[in-house]
Amino acid sequence: MDASNTIAAPAQRRSGRVRQGRRIADRTLRIACSGATLVGALVLGSILVMLIVQGVRGFTPTLFTNPTPGPGSEGGGIANAILGSLILTGIGILIATPIGVMAGTYLAEYGRGSKLAALIRFLNDILLSAPSILIGLFVYTLMVRPMGTYSGWAGGVALAIIAVPVIVRTTEDMLRLVPGTLREAGAALGAPTSTVIMSVSWRAASAGIVTGIILALARIAGETAPLLFTALNNNSWFSANLLGGVANLPVMIYQFALSPYPNWQGLAWAGALLITATILALSIIARLVIKPHASR
Amino acid sequence: MPALTESIALGRTRAASARKAPSRSLDTLFRTCSYGAALLVLLVLAGILGSILYGGWPAFREFGFGFLTSSAWNVGTEQYGALVAVLGTVASAFLALLIGVPVSLGIAVYLTQLCPGWARKPVAMTIELLAAVPSIIYGMWGLFVFAPLFARFVQIPVSNLVEGMPIVGTLFYARVPSGVGVFTAGIILAIMIVPFIASIARDMLDQIPTVLRESAYGIGCTTWEVVRHVLVPQAAVSIIGAIMLGLGRALGETMAVTFVVGNANRLSASIFDPSSTIASRIANEFNEADGLQLNALMALGCILFVITFVVLIIARLLTRRVQSA
Repeated sequence: MDASNTIAAPAQRRSGRVRQGRRIADRTLRIACSGATLVGALVLGSILVMLIVQGVRGFTPTLFTNPTPGPGSEGGGIANAILGSLILTGIGILIATPIGVMAGTYLAEYGRGSKLAALIRFLNDILLSAPSILIGLFVYTLMVRPMGTYSGWAGGVALAIIAVPVIVRTTEDMLRLVPGTLREAGAALGAPTSTVIMSVSWRAASAGIVTGIILALARIAGETAPLLFTALNNNSWFSANLLGGVANLPVMIYQFALSPYPNWQGLAWAGALLITATILALSIIARLVIKPHASR
Repeated sequence: MPALTESIALGRTRAASARKAPSRSLDTLFRTCSYGAALLVLLVLAGILGSILYGGWPAFREFGFGFLTSSAWNVGTEQYGALVAVLGTVASAFLALLIGVPVSLGIAVYLTQLCPGWARKPVAMTIELLAAVPSIIYGMWGLFVFAPLFARFVQIPVSNLVEGMPIVGTLFYARVPSGVGVFTAGIILAIMIVPFIASIARDMLDQIPTVLRESAYGIGCTTWEVVRHVLVPQAAVSIIGAIMLGLGRALGETMAVTFVVGNANRLSASIFDPSSTIASRIANEFNEADGLQLNALMALGCILFVITFVVLIIARLLTRRVQSA
């Protein structure tokens, strides 16, 4: 900064001052922008450090073999919550995948110019960012109240509703990248539209569609709010009864982290580390899958 | 009509499709399935609105317009009002934008203009991974890591400083400096919306033709001037759309806020004091609620639905218009 003063010749002093103002503005921008990025990276780092420091202590074999202990008692694990989470996200993704892929196929292949498709595309985008707690309330009214009990099925349906718009969006985007000439080539062989879509469009877009499903999985794996009113929790060992409350990691973390028992809090941290590591791994995998596809 | 456009799009003649009779029924089935799946999206959205309206209706009927203006929330006397939760929601989301928008735009500019090429991908990935962290983890981080630091280094000194001052004193004085409150919720929300706004803004800045940028640098512009006079005007509409999208997320975010907002029912003018948002109140009370309280919570959900969906529709209109242009 001093250098600019000494370099500016006396005759150019006025323009030099202007130039210095520009330089200060420029430098401020550079520092501010780098600072913002640094803050973002620091927050991510801080979250990861916190999870590792607090959660690693709980990573014992019993964590994966024992169910959650009762209030105030020692020991135990989170095996029932892990299994419940696997089952709930499994149900969610199994329901959401066919619906999402088919709806995305409709938007990309059949409904390109139609007004209905445009409306559905728009509503799908809205649903994509809709507060998940509202989806929880919807499934509560739809399933929990009529059935009279919190249930694993309701939890799975709630997660499916969150996953569908993600899959619809990526499927449509990926199918749109498939060149029309490929479809024409298939149609010229006399193949019906459905065959063209299934064996030409889907095949060409398969990597992208799989990415969408992985992203949807990552999205629903950590969802808590809708499960509070649907699957809730179940502290006993998993009973394979999807018609009752089912233990799951997010709700377990929520309840245990805010509990007054150190043992429960420790289990919550271990669960938090486990779920965050899983989701970050899924997101990274999804990004690696999509990369060769996008560059093609 | 759609069938016609479809066969034209695929360059297929009617005679060819007529020849394959058996596969044609399969064709129709496939088409119907995909059509039905697409309609399901529409039905779900209608179902969400319908179910919440149905659940909240008794509360609206009981309290009328007063539900919106009342700050009461008393389970014992069955008096419910939405004011505290609505104000908490709006205030925390507004604070989130105030903090989050400059940071996200800074990150977008850094990634597109300043970052050296080799570091671009890892840095972008780091920021995008912030979006993948589940909101409950943000809640834990906010409550156990951020809130104690915030109470010690910001709330207590600021409270001591402004105590007794008019306006500033009411706005920033913390009665119980525990670190949780509307302002903390705003900061956590800001962190959560940054990756979304930053990645959309980065995409928009990337789409601006390089020629424009290079010509500006060519006549001697600094990075600041290129950003200010070339990039920002070009991408303004879509960046506003991205900001609205972030606002939509901030309004409906539940778990992270529930951890750090303090969940108080009292109306307070200080942004350092605990309060609650619509989403946090529903998350907190829903399982124990019954009768009119349940209806009141559903009615809160209705209000949240209306607020977020108006914001999201504006956001999508803004971002979509740019995409099609």
